[in-house]
Amino acid sequence: MFAYTMRRLLMLIPVLIGMTLITFSIVHLIPGNPAQVILGETATAEAMQNLEESMGLNEPYAVQYFIYVQDLLQGDLGTSLRSKAEIAKEIWPYIAATFELTFFAMLFAIFIGVNAGIISAWKQNSWFDFLAMLFALIGVSMPVFWLALMEQWIFAQELSWFPATGRQDNRDPMEPITYFFVIDSILHMDFTRVITTLKHLVLPSIALGTIPMAIIARMTRSSMLEVMKSDYIRTVKAKGSGQFLVIYKHALKNAFIPVLTVIGLQTGVLLGGAILTETIFSWPGIGSYVYQAINYRDYPVIQSGILVVAFIFVIINLVVDLMYKFIDPRISY
Amino acid sequence: MKMKLSFLATLLIAIMLVLAACGDDDNSSNDGTNDNGSDNNDNEQDNASNDGGEEQVLIFARGGDSESLDPGSTTDGESSRITRQVLESLLEFDKESFEVKPALANDWKVSDDGLSYTFYLEEGVTFHDGSEFNADAVKTNFERWSDPDHEYSFSDDGYVYSMYGTMFGGFKGDDSHVIDEIKVVNDYEIEFVLKRPLGFFLQNMAMTYFAITSPQALEEYGAQINENPVGTGPFKFVSWSKDDAIVLEKFEDYRIDGLPKLDKVVFEVIPDNASRLISLRSGEIDIMDGLNPDDAAGVDEEEGLELYTRAENNFGYVGFNTQKAPLDQVEVRQAINHAIDRQAIADALYAGYAVPAKNPLPPSYAGYNDDVPEFEYDVEKAKDLLAEAGYEDGLEIELWTMPVARPYMPDPETVATIVQANLADAGIEVNIVREEWAPYLEKTLTGEQQMFMLGWSGTNGDPDYFLSSLLHGNNVGSSNRTFYENEEVDKLLDAAKVSVDQEERADLYSQAQALIAEDAPMVTLVHSTPVLATTSAVKNYVPHPSTSESLAEVELE
Repeated sequence: MFAYTMRRLLMLIPVLIGMTLITFSIVHLIPGNPAQVILGETATAEAMQNLEESMGLNEPYAVQYFIYVQDLLQGDLGTSLRSKAEIAKEIWPYIAATFELTFFAMLFAIFIGVNAGIISAWKQNSWFDFLAMLFALIGVSMPVFWLALMEQWIFAQELSWFPATGRQDNRDPMEPITYFFVIDSILHMDFTRVITTLKHLVLPSIALGTIPMAIIARMTRSSMLEVMKSDYIRTVKAKGSGQFLVIYKHALKNAFIPVLTVIGLQTGVLLGGAILTETIFSWPGIGSYVYQAINYRDYPVIQSGILVVAFIFVIINLVVDLMYKFIDPRISY
Repeated sequence: MKMKLSFLATLLIAIMLVLAACGDDDNSSNDGTNDNGSDNNDNEQDNASNDGGEEQVLIFARGGDSESLDPGSTTDGESSRITRQVLESLLEFDKESFEVKPALANDWKVSDDGLSYTFYLEEGVTFHDGSEFNADAVKTNFERWSDPDHEYSFSDDGYVYSMYGTMFGGFKGDDSHVIDEIKVVNDYEIEFVLKRPLGFFLQNMAMTYFAITSPQALEEYGAQINENPVGTGPFKFVSWSKDDAIVLEKFEDYRIDGLPKLDKVVFEVIPDNASRLISLRSGEIDIMDGLNPDDAAGVDEEEGLELYTRAENNFGYVGFNTQKAPLDQVEVRQAINHAIDRQAIADALYAGYAVPAKNPLPPSYAGYNDDVPEFEYDVEKAKDLLAEAGYEDGLEIELWTMPVARPYMPDPETVATIVQANLADAGIEVNIVREEWAPYLEKTLTGEQQMFMLGWSGTNGDPDYFLSSLLHGNNVGSSNRTFYENEEVDKLLDAAKVSVDQEERADLYSQAQALIAEDAPMVTLVHSTPVLATTSAVKNYVPHPSTSESLAEVELE
């Protein structure tokens, strides 16, 4: 298992080098240069030339790529053209924001999705099954921005239960430590703040978690139905085990492998940034960071941002693969 | 067993409800009363507040984050909105207009030949870092912008002062650079010696982009000054979390007693217009910029909310490439002008928060020529003019549509469709061309387009910034995308630029507009009035046409 992990980690290197090459080429192939975007419609030719020179954009592409990779190998993600800040420093709050949101969205999706799937399979063709699968179908096909706006309208504007936007009460912002605001507010030993932070997480987590939840519910149901028909379940039942034990201990373990794959993939997708959800809830995550960088043609941010996202995606996949063995010891690598 | 399951299933809903109930009282402010949410933990609050000890915290929400908090090195409106609070310029604009008023300089003297400007500075003013404001500080700032080799110009770190270059004709060493020398007469008197007169020099001095940074802070922060602004303004900078919030707090030693009234101002980023309005309604924020014109009527009637408008300071236009056939013929340009229904565009797109434009200059500007005849909407006349030009059988033309929304053009796609339909009535077939923003700007600069859409927003309240930038022959290939060149117009604009007699300047600009209208190098569509909304608790808020207003006098009730 250790050897397998090492092998997978080594494979990361060519994958990431390939990523840099692809992003670098794509980024420089899109028409439009950053100096023009930064200066806008009021730019003079002279100002643009000055800015291009100061940003190092007048060098040949090969030289620019070489400099980029050289810096990267020294752990330097580069400097943003727009904000002039170091990306390695600037990117962390965005990653933390995305991680926090993804964690709670997936918590919601897994908890509801898996349980709804199980009950649907257990009570196949019951009213619960039909209702749950109907909701799952709606969930998969619902546009996220619509769900998000409806949530805001009902729970923020009409009922005032939850705040509509942001990560914390900005009238009284806290000093960030880890940039995971729930953890930070716990570290500050401030109970009211923990509650406020959690309240800010509720609406975006539900909006973001709905599609994964629906997918997980459907996957759990079909996988459970298959396992429930197998011989060993009949044996367990014949042994006289209670229904709860049969389902959660014996059946779920075998049915969970495909569900875990889906969970891993969905987590990876969410960590890659959910631009729509982030925009509507004004959640400053990695998705909006890279998206804005694309609009501004902020080459270093696009390259490093995508690199970081790709890295996270690969790591999540590795973790999921390792968890297979944990759930089903028969699997060996 | 079943009990357990249903217990699990309802657990999450229970948590949700508990969360919803917890501390619900601090944002149930639909009625517009803001209790600041600061009742949660006020133990660290030791600074004195105005009334009854409650801290006055105002949240201003906008669509995008600032680019840099160093005013000179950016042209971004979202940045100057913040730096306006933290730093001050020698002069400032009047609350609702572009009339210049004293700020860090309490008086000034202009020599008769217009070549020397002496400013008398406020005494006893300190920067937020405790260092003293004086003539040397002013000189350091101006040299930093004009001289790329200056120790604080940070040109190696990518700092470019493009607004300085535009407004003062270039940088140190350029022939076109207008400032010859800056003389420190004494600590509180500074003289700017010019190479030639500049009609809008005083207007420039009031611009937010030319605000004075503490030289001590430039030394301390170096190239990080763009994240650590230190000025003399009513609020001092506290923190900036990117794409989230910029926090400012009251500067206790502000040079004007009793100001600012707020203890804290937070500029929050909420990208989505609809979410921003919901946040305003639920009392999470106090002021929102960028209200959709369609929502304005509703907000105006809604209890607990107030509607504000900014005076128009821009115009949107359909430009012609005047050097490309068939648009090189003045009859064709006039025909298109007659064929477009400006009023319909103003009504359809801006919900009435726009006025049809007949000059490429906002109506409130000095020298605005109201006698210029407007091109009334008249399809028959358009057809006649086309026939005159030899296109009685109609013609085909490209229209480049800008891909981003701007205050002067909130929905370019719809404008393009209306223009297309209008021109079809006059027998002109319009093909819409789409490009992304950056290539759009680049290609229209080199003249690949026939017709295109764009607009212009004012910054220093001077007609030169509109008329010269857009229509002077010298600016072909930079900001003049219509490739319009008229020697007479150029002469008038040049004369107005160097004159220091404001009445004479107004007259020259007025003449130029008349000539421009005859040549019709563009269809001036509308001047838009941006709308914004606040909760009723916000008092003394006055939006400025430049989009950056001081919040020093704003209060929460």
